[in-house]
Amino acid sequence: MAKQTLYDKLWQSHVVRDYDDGTSLIYIDRHLVQEVSSPQAFEDLGTAGRNIHRPKTHLAVADHGVPTTDRSKPIEDPLAQAQIGKLIENTETYGIEMIPLDDRRQGIVHVIGPELGFTQPGVTLVCGDSHTSTHGAFGALAFGIGASECHCVLATQCLRQSRSKNMAVRLKGSLPDHVTTKDVILSLIGKIGTSGATGHALEFQGEAIGHWSMEARMTLCNMAIEAGARVGLVAPDEVTIAWLKGKPLAPSGELWDQALTYWSALKSDPDADFDQTVEIDLDLLTPYVTWGTSPQDVLPISAHVPTLESVEDETDRARLRGTLEYMGLEGGMALKDIAVDKVFIGSCTNGRIEDLRAAADIVRGRKIAATVEALAVPGSGEVKKQAEDEGLDQVFLDAGFEWREPGCSMCVAMNPDKLAPGERSASTSNRNFEGRQGPGGRTHLMSPVMAAAAALEGHLVDVRDLKAGG
Amino acid sequence: MEPFRTIQSVAASMPEKNIDTDIIFPARFLLILEKAGVGKYAFYEKRMDAKGQPRTDHVLNTPPYSSAQILIGGDNFGCGSSREQAVWTLADFGIRCVIAPRFGEIFYANCFKSGVLPVRLGETILTPLREDARAGVLFSIDLEQQVISTEHGARHQFEIEPRRKDALINGWDETDLILNNEAEAIAFFQVRQKNDMPWLYVDE
Repeated sequence: MAKQTLYDKLWQSHVVRDYDDGTSLIYIDRHLVQEVSSPQAFEDLGTAGRNIHRPKTHLAVADHGVPTTDRSKPIEDPLAQAQIGKLIENTETYGIEMIPLDDRRQGIVHVIGPELGFTQPGVTLVCGDSHTSTHGAFGALAFGIGASECHCVLATQCLRQSRSKNMAVRLKGSLPDHVTTKDVILSLIGKIGTSGATGHALEFQGEAIGHWSMEARMTLCNMAIEAGARVGLVAPDEVTIAWLKGKPLAPSGELWDQALTYWSALKSDPDADFDQTVEIDLDLLTPYVTWGTSPQDVLPISAHVPTLESVEDETDRARLRGTLEYMGLEGGMALKDIAVDKVFIGSCTNGRIEDLRAAADIVRGRKIAATVEALAVPGSGEVKKQAEDEGLDQVFLDAGFEWREPGCSMCVAMNPDKLAPGERSASTSNRNFEGRQGPGGRTHLMSPVMAAAAALEGHLVDVRDLKAGG
Repeated sequence: MEPFRTIQSVAASMPEKNIDTDIIFPARFLLILEKAGVGKYAFYEKRMDAKGQPRTDHVLNTPPYSSAQILIGGDNFGCGSSREQAVWTLADFGIRCVIAPRFGEIFYANCFKSGVLPVRLGETILTPLREDARAGVLFSIDLEQQVISTEHGARHQFEIEPRRKDALINGWDETDLILNNEAEAIAFFQVRQKNDMPWLYVDE
């Protein structure tokens, strides 16, 4: 038999039918449902008079429009209130489990799925959210879909899909101190561009991965979509298995042993063929920050904002001119000279316990700059509880951060955590698109330690240049 | 879904690369529950000024392009968020066909669900087509023949997956097709999977 990649194996094990036009009907094992992409999917069920094929395979939670302040108060925005109300109503009507807003398990879909053991190696997992690639960190075939496809999954448990090509991202060496998997994925996007992996499933490979936590791996896979790939994968290993053991929805007893046997075979065959291969030398990486309005507008922190003269193509120059104007930046200025108004630590990219620990280590015993407002937003109630048990909330509060309730928060301008027009953020989220954090808002993406350092200094800074002790 | 056969229209050109779905449909409008009537939010921050009035310098506010059914985008059009509202807003605005060198994958798949035809054409073909678009020339799209042509004599074949072409031409709904044709195959798959991977069927 031909050598197979991990993606090929995951795909093959879920084919219900191959069609002669090259597409396949793929079985979907797990579906995460959130309030923004599901109302129309449910409405279409009602209109067409269709039922849910397997209610137990769906898990719902509200995250995007949820305020991160006091949960005991009603939601002020009537639209957000109505959308969350609709999710409650729909999940009740169709018998789908929904995690309530005041439940400790509530949080961002891509944080709670893994946390609950809903995400498992070898499954197909979808959600009406492009950052579903996150779950590929467990060796799951996980990808984002639109609302109509959510409807299709609810009604049929299947999707008709075209098979992706394979791209290997070979990570060589090991990461220097204060350089994280956020920097790895940002550097990859900088290297291949936001459409560099379109049509491909990414698989991250390399010895270093074995030393990385699940949190670090999830950050890596989370932003595969920002390189154009719907799927980002890491083969499951001992770290994955240790992480999953005992999780509420993970298999137990005999089933655990049976699953373990299956999971251990989930890796690309040696010498499996990849359509494309990209190499990244981890030893040479430094902290990265974005300067523009696309994740590919990214450079090491020591660099300078590109100048118009450096761009030859006319359309590209026009875009750069527009970007610099939108971002309020001059070509040639040092990235370290960019002052920020707000700092956001959180999101499905970097809102997990390890991210909060790393950021807390930077701000412990120090104060944020007087000109900065800073938010630390745990990705879930479980993350929040864990952080509070470790005293991290107090570390952030003492430094001048706000400590919030879980949700998507300032990653997406659908809740009260926003940038005002012209305001600038250092953000651990995943998209620096125009208006993403609020109309007219200016976003610089970076890792949690870099965002924490920016909060202390009031401007972008290399976290490794902070003086010890504070 | 409305069947798609041929359209004739001027084309609006938006050559900028990497127009993401946050640009096409800003996040704050995602709180709206209705699908109908979302066309007014298309490219909102670009198309409207701070007071919510149409900007006269935006192509989609400028006749004849304000009623264009064809949009020629730049490379990687529709990248980013999976929000299907990005397609609903274009469809509701009257756009039936988007042409670009490459598309964001989820956006591309979403297009077909609302009867919008995404066409991939290389930049070398698109450059003269953009000129025709700016000249206000009438474009024709014939999905059956897979041909795009203009009054100025341009004529290009385009590729489209056969099943997607059939679905567009006939206005078929994929969920219907799967329910009608594949129920047995799905049931068969489940029996096998439940036997091989029983841990995925706990409490069912």
